Amino acid sequence: MRILIIEDDKEAATYLVKAFRETGHLADHAADGLDGYAMAEAGDYDVLVVDRMLPKLDGLSLIRALREQKVETPVLILSALGQVDDRVKGLRAGGDDYLPKPYAFSELLARVEVLSRRRASTPSSEPTVYRIADLELDRLSHRVTRSGQEIVLQPREFRLLEYLMKNANQVVTRTMLLEHVWDYHFDPQTNVIDVHVSRLRSKIDKGFDKPLIHTIRGAGYMVRVGSAEEGEE
Amino acid sequence: MTAFGKLFRTTAFKLSFAYLVVFTLFAFATLGYVAWSAQKLLTDQFVSAIETEINSLAGIYRNGGLRRLVNAVERRSRTPGASLYLVTTGLGERVVGNVGALPPGVIDRVGQFETLYNRTDETDARPSVALVRVYQLPGDFRLLVGRDIEERIRLRDVIHRAFGYSLLFIGVLGCLGSWFIARRVLKRVDDMTDITRDIMAGDLDGRLKIAGTGDELDRLAQNLNDMLDRIGELMRGMREVSDNIAHDLKTPLTRLRNKADEALRTAKSPDELKAALEATIEESDNLIRIFNALLMIARLEAGNAREGLADFDAAEAVRDVAELYDALAEEAGVSLDVSVENDLPIHGNRELLGQAMANLLDNALKYGAAPDGSNPTITVSAKRIDGEVQIVVADRGPGIPEAERHHVLERFVRLESARSRPGFGLGLSLAAAVARLHEGRLILEDNAPGLRVVLVLPLKEMPVPQAALPSAA
Repeated sequence: MRILIIEDDKEAATYLVKAFRETGHLADHAADGLDGYAMAEAGDYDVLVVDRMLPKLDGLSLIRALREQKVETPVLILSALGQVDDRVKGLRAGGDDYLPKPYAFSELLARVEVLSRRRASTPSSEPTVYRIADLELDRLSHRVTRSGQEIVLQPREFRLLEYLMKNANQVVTRTMLLEHVWDYHFDPQTNVIDVHVSRLRSKIDKGFDKPLIHTIRGAGYMVRVGSAEEGEE
Repeated sequence: MTAFGKLFRTTAFKLSFAYLVVFTLFAFATLGYVAWSAQKLLTDQFVSAIETEINSLAGIYRNGGLRRLVNAVERRSRTPGASLYLVTTGLGERVVGNVGALPPGVIDRVGQFETLYNRTDETDARPSVALVRVYQLPGDFRLLVGRDIEERIRLRDVIHRAFGYSLLFIGVLGCLGSWFIARRVLKRVDDMTDITRDIMAGDLDGRLKIAGTGDELDRLAQNLNDMLDRIGELMRGMREVSDNIAHDLKTPLTRLRNKADEALRTAKSPDELKAALEATIEESDNLIRIFNALLMIARLEAGNAREGLADFDAAEAVRDVAELYDALAEEAGVSLDVSVENDLPIHGNRELLGQAMANLLDNALKYGAAPDGSNPTITVSAKRIDGEVQIVVADRGPGIPEAERHHVLERFVRLESARSRPGFGLGLSLAAAVARLHEGRLILEDNAPGLRVVLVLPLKEMPVPQAALPSAA
C-alpha cells in the first residue's frame, strides 16, 4: 500500500519511511503542511500519517482542507499531545485514527494496515457473516460456529472475536482491541487483554488442530489460517 | 514620592476624606434644620401673641374708646416681661406706650415687620430688634404691638457658634482618623510589598505577617501565604519529579544500553542477537509507558483536561472496567466481588475514570494477595452517599501502613515490599490526579486486613422529566 508521511521531524520521518518500506509498503514523505496537502491531494495514497504540529499548515487544518476537497483518504494522526480531548479534536477534524507519541512502530503499522483495509470496504459492504476457515460468526444472530458446532460466547467475547475476524489476516494490537471492544483508550499496563484473548482462544481453538487466533510477538494478535510463524515480522 | 504624597494616594485616605465631606454636609443639614424650626416656632409664638393682644386691645378700643385703651396699655406695659405697645395719632404723635424711639416712618406702615426700637424706660441702651405689628384703629389712631426678638437672635448666634465648633471638631477628628487609618494600613501594605519583593527575589520561605485581627489585610496575607505554600509545594513536586524522572528513567535507560552493549560484545548467533534486541524493545516500551503516565499526570494537574468533561454513568464505567479485569483476576485465582448501584451520573471524563479504576484494580491484583494465600478476594463497589459517588476497591493484602498512605500517592513512590514487583509507582498518583480533576478525592483506608481505596466523585443529578418517568421502566 502507498503511505504518505507528513512529519516535520526529519529523523522520525526517515525512520518511518524506512520502516514502512521494510514491511513491504511504499512510503513518501512531506516535511511541512503545505507540501503534505499538495501531495495528498494529487497522489493516490491509501493512508496518510499526519503529525499534528507541522510548519506552514497544522495537521488538523490540513485534514479539514482535504476533507473539504472530498479527499477521503484515511488519516492517522500522530500527536505529542496524548490527552483524551486531543484525540476527540483530531477525530472531529476528520482524522480516522489517533496515535499519541511516543508509539511503537508495530502499533502504527497495525493501525495503518487496518485503515487501508477500511478504505476498500465501506460499512454497507461489510458482510453480515465473517468466515475464516471453518469458523463462522454471524453478526446478526450473534451465533458463532466452528465446523458446524455452535460455540457459546459471552457478549464481550463475541465483540472481541468480531473485531479480530473483521480484521482477519491483519495484526490487531492490544490497545486497538481495548479501543474497539471496550471503548477505552488507555494503556492497560498488565496483560488484561491477553487473558481475554486466551479465554476466547480456549473456546475457539481448543479441540481443533488448526489454531486460528495467533499471537504476533511484539505486536498483538491475528486471526488467520496458517501458522503464527509467518505472521512474525 | 514623599510620605505625604503616598498618604494622599491611599485608598484609606480617600475614603476618610469622602466620609469627612459627607458627615460635614450631614451636620450642616441637621443643625440647619434645628435652627430653622426653632426660629419658626418662636416667630409663630410671637405672631400669635401679638395677634391676640391686638385683637383684645382693638376690642377694648371699640367698646370703651381711647380712654380705656390708654388705661389698658398703661396697665399692660407695667407688667414684667411686657410686650411693646405704642398708640399714636394718625400723624404719628405718641399717645401712650412703652416704646420710645422708633426709626422714622415705622408707625406709618400698617402690617407686620421687624424693626429697631428703644424702650421708654431704658434710654441709654442701644436699639433692640422687635417684631411688631401696626394696626389701624378706627378714628385714625394707630396701635403698635410688638415682641422683642433679641432672644431669637441670641438663639441664632448660639446655633451659628455650634455650627462652627462642630465643623472644626468633625474636621480635626476626620483628619486625625484618616491619617491614623491610612498610616496603619499603608504601613502594613508597605510591609507586605517589601516581603513579597523579597520572595520574588528568591526567598521562597518568606511569609507575610498575620496581625491576628482577622481583617481584610489579614485575610489577604493569609491567602498570599497559602498561595506561596501551594507554589512551594508545586516547586518541590517539580523538583522531586525531575529528580525521580532522572533516576527512574536513568535506570531502564542504562539497562537498555547495557543489554545492547552486551549483545554486541558477546552474542554469537543471530538468535541471541534477536533475543537481545527484543529485550531492548521491551525495555523501551516500558520507558514509553512511564512517559505516557507522567505526561497524563502532568496534564491532569495542569488542569487543562477540564474542557473535555461530559456527563456519563459512572456505574457503567466501573462495571466495564471490573469486567475487563475479571478475566485477569480469575486467572490469578482471585475472586472479584462486584456490586455496583445502578445509575450514578457524574460529570467527568469516562476515559480517565476508566484509567483510574484500571490502575486501582491493577494494584489490587498485584499487591492484594493475602500473605498466607487465603481468601483472595477483591471487592469493587460503587454507590451514592450524600450526593457523592463512592467507588471502592478493597483487597485483602498486607495493606499500606497509615504513615505511608499519604506518601504513596506521590509520583514514583513505591513501598519497599513492592520493589520486587513490576511497576513504576505512578498508578495511585494518576488515580489521585483523576480524582482531583473531578473535584473528588482519593482516600486510602485500612480494610482490616488489606487496603481499601475509596474514590469519591461528586454526583451529578440530572433533571428527570416527570413525563418520562412512567415510560422509563
